[in-house]
Amino acid sequence: MESDSAAIVHARDLTKVYRVPVRESGLGAAFRSLFRRKTRDILAVNRISFDIREGEIVGFLGPNGAGKTTTLKMLAGLLYPTSGTLKVLGYPPWKREKHFLRQITLVIGNRSQLVWDIPAADSFELQRAIYNIPRDQFRETVAELTELLDLAPLLRKPLRNLSLGERMKCEIAGALLHRPRLLFLDEPTLGLDVTMQRRIREFIKYYNQRYHATVLLSSHYMADVEALCDRILVIHHGQLLFDGELDELIERFSTYKTIEVQTRAPEGDLSRYGEVIERSDGYVSLRVPRKETAKVTERLLAELPIIDLTVEDPPVEEVVERIFAQGHAGPAPDEEAERAPGTAGGRGAS
Amino acid sequence: MKKSALQYWLRYYRAEIRAALLIQLQYRAAFVIWLLEMIIEPVVYLVVWSTVARARGGEVGGFSPEDFAAYFIVFMLVNHFTYSWTFYVFEERVRTGKLSFRLLRPLHPIHSDLAFNLTYKFLTLVVMLPTGIGLTLAFHPAFEFTAGQVLLAVPAVALAFGVRFVFEWAYALVAFWTTRIMALNEMYYVILLFLSGQVAPLSLFPDWVQTLSYVLPFRWMVAFPVELLLGHLDRGQIIAGFVAQAAWLGLSFLLLKWLWARGVRRYSAVGG
Repeated sequence: MESDSAAIVHARDLTKVYRVPVRESGLGAAFRSLFRRKTRDILAVNRISFDIREGEIVGFLGPNGAGKTTTLKMLAGLLYPTSGTLKVLGYPPWKREKHFLRQITLVIGNRSQLVWDIPAADSFELQRAIYNIPRDQFRETVAELTELLDLAPLLRKPLRNLSLGERMKCEIAGALLHRPRLLFLDEPTLGLDVTMQRRIREFIKYYNQRYHATVLLSSHYMADVEALCDRILVIHHGQLLFDGELDELIERFSTYKTIEVQTRAPEGDLSRYGEVIERSDGYVSLRVPRKETAKVTERLLAELPIIDLTVEDPPVEEVVERIFAQGHAGPAPDEEAERAPGTAGGRGAS
Repeated sequence: MKKSALQYWLRYYRAEIRAALLIQLQYRAAFVIWLLEMIIEPVVYLVVWSTVARARGGEVGGFSPEDFAAYFIVFMLVNHFTYSWTFYVFEERVRTGKLSFRLLRPLHPIHSDLAFNLTYKFLTLVVMLPTGIGLTLAFHPAFEFTAGQVLLAVPAVALAFGVRFVFEWAYALVAFWTTRIMALNEMYYVILLFLSGQVAPLSLFPDWVQTLSYVLPFRWMVAFPVELLLGHLDRGQIIAGFVAQAAWLGLSFLLLKWLWARGVRRYSAVGG
């Protein structure tokens, strides 16, 4: 795989194996474990490769335990890789060199790095000292973040008195005071209501554009990924199943399309065209094998009194769920010849 | 150190101490309880040993009740200045992953603990000093401070704090290897109780305990500055004491560096 010279994250065959103690039940086993500990290796991330360029927003998708947090933590410097090559901003992240740390930030949903007992404004002052931020720049950044995230009413209250969403806004602001070039956001919208999720998404997008910052985001919420990410990496069982744009993912992994028709005879039996998945107000939704979409559409138009017809891809959630349910890269059989499972299909490979 | 670096650290410590003050002022009740512990314990020893001395016809091992009063009052103050508690809180940082955020800051996490500790010391002095004065009025201690002793006690207390803070910070790192360190902390506390001179002046212990106390770091964390301030030490003992403190400070630093590198490596192998 060729390396991308403009990449600020460069990972090749990145692998992480955890060695965990095996604890059997029972007193005897507990005593034995005092003398000889049994351990077992868990392959959390298995030879994944990708490059990320400056200014990209990349989403990491995967179910719990897929290896996405492990990957993010390796990139941020909290975990050292078992094998493979990894350079982030030109540094080996696990060494956590000061110049590296000054350029990154990590936000973990539901976890607090600001001081719990004091108002965010006071924690910000501490951040200013830690990162040696010039006074003018600090004032400017705080003013900007305050306006964008509507922090004014929150900054003077102790963090513990704020709601989860309010706290998360303060956390994000605190994490960005030193204007990092590279943001690691691990489930930043976890547990937030829809409005707050949208607010934070809009803000991340803004920050990315304003500072040309690179954002690596993991989320369970597809809405986050859909709204923000130019590119997604799908990780499952420690393997990189997909690397590319969202549309491409759907193209590759959805074997069905949905055809919605409005017809003058809505009561008629349409099951000969495809699986009827919904009927309402004169509209019928049909699930049709992807390859037959064109043919079925043609037949529908020729054979039925159609008022309106739309062809849609299934919702992203559904596609992703299907990939995870299958548990492997499993592109549609006819695509298998073109792309081997597990290989990166997006920019990372180019 | 370059001027800009010095400015950075001054600004950093000022900000960290400011934050520590804001935090600590919110936990007045908890602080009063900790302080009571720091005060009640030496007072109990003082009363017990004074009673024993009187029962034995006025002294135990050369200590009169007034000598005991002097010893434990000074001990209380010195112990306050050198007290550190990192090993009580470090395990939680490792277990909950809070350490991760500290690792991603561009400075060693020991600095924020140092700032927090110093803030606590000076904040609680407001209670400690009047307590010392009150106890002095109540127990009539036999103090004999010379200017020279007081002047020498200042670096001795500072070094004692350095040894204790760095050594205990290093000790706390055991939490990287085991998350059940309650028993280890208890053990440490008991050792400190006896070998730092907290239960009784070290000269009252059998010879072998005294010998042990000279080679281990605990005497140099509290007992040495106390004895120095009370004028129990001759010139040779004072010099030897400073040498021992400096040696333990250096050793503790090396130990901390060594354990930290390995501990963090382990932490980043298993995930925070």
